[in-house]
Amino acid sequence: MKLFTILISTIFVNNYVLARFLGICPFLGVSKKTETATGMGIAVVFVVTLASILTYFIQKGILDPLGLGYLQTIVFILVIAALVQFVEMVIKKTSPTLYNALGVYLPLITTNCVVLGVAILNIQEGYNLIETIVNSIGASVGFALALILMAGVREKQELCDIPKSLQGFPIALITAGLMSIAFLGFKGLV
Amino acid sequence: MKLSTIFKNGVIKENPIFVQLIGMCATLAITTSAINGVAMGLSVTVVLIGSNLVISLLRNFIPDKIRIPIFVVIIATFVTIIDMLIKAFSPALYSALGLFIPLIVVNCIIFARAESFASKNGPIASIVDGLGMGLGYTIALVTLGIIRELLGAGTIFGHQIMSASYQPALIMIMPPGAFILLGALIGIFNKVRSKKASSSKTEA
Repeated sequence: MKLFTILISTIFVNNYVLARFLGICPFLGVSKKTETATGMGIAVVFVVTLASILTYFIQKGILDPLGLGYLQTIVFILVIAALVQFVEMVIKKTSPTLYNALGVYLPLITTNCVVLGVAILNIQEGYNLIETIVNSIGASVGFALALILMAGVREKQELCDIPKSLQGFPIALITAGLMSIAFLGFKGLV
Repeated sequence: MKLSTIFKNGVIKENPIFVQLIGMCATLAITTSAINGVAMGLSVTVVLIGSNLVISLLRNFIPDKIRIPIFVVIIATFVTIIDMLIKAFSPALYSALGLFIPLIVVNCIIFARAESFASKNGPIASIVDGLGMGLGYTIALVTLGIIRELLGAGTIFGHQIMSASYQPALIMIMPPGAFILLGALIGIFNKVRSKKASSSKTEA
């Protein structure tokens, strides 16, 4: 039951983009088309889950026993950067179709704060391995959901008559604000 | 390039938040009060100056191919130092900023300056650039913080400003307020800039 609560709460109630402000840059940057948004969303789900599992083992297996907790930030970001590079190479070798779909988004993910944020939060919350995996999937699915919804709205906005000074980012931010209000409606769920 | 130009560039002409639109996550998340904005802004400024200086000093030794991981390690080192300092000197602030201190590592501003400025310019110019960009970031954060705190809680830096009968607009401190306010501010900023540009055109 606790796992289910974590899943629902990370996807809807504490959506990482709209309530916790992690991953705003890609959320605004790659949300112009539904297609690219979907690609980015899937790539993030993949990387976040892998990175969280890996950082969990590093924290429990290396940093904690050796008392190196203060190196967390440095080690995690390096692991994530290396992981992203590695995933990119593996996908390129094994599945060219998948690489064509996700390839361009992978390098961008290193600087996506969702990945590092989720990895650190998992440790801070004291989750065990299963909870870590569920939390990472929830967080990244929540990110993908917000991204794809946003892309859908922005595609429609292309056709609207928007004041010149609000075009582009400003209107996207205001749209995100309205979406965030909508997500506040999930508050009572958990 | 003159140092004053570099400095002004960071604060106004290429303001990281209002013009370049980078480093959004922390901006939106921690500006619930003005004091948080000051703290976050100054932390980023210190990291920015430090990483800019080191990267600029090492720029001739860093091989081009592996520059990104090296930048990341340098930046992460400074972030860890700041993280420990804030934790030691101001636990209250530490809990308010929380996750967003380690996340300075992935703040695009620092990376962008390392890549586009510090790796091409001398140490003094890089320090000035870091200072300018950092201050520009701080100003934007504090502006957002002051407006959100005033509308959302009726206070500025913790002092009561609005009269007691003022009903705080809670939405401003909650996540949606951050998005909408920043959108509106950038809109206003664009409007002012386009007006200035058109008026200077008619003069010329």
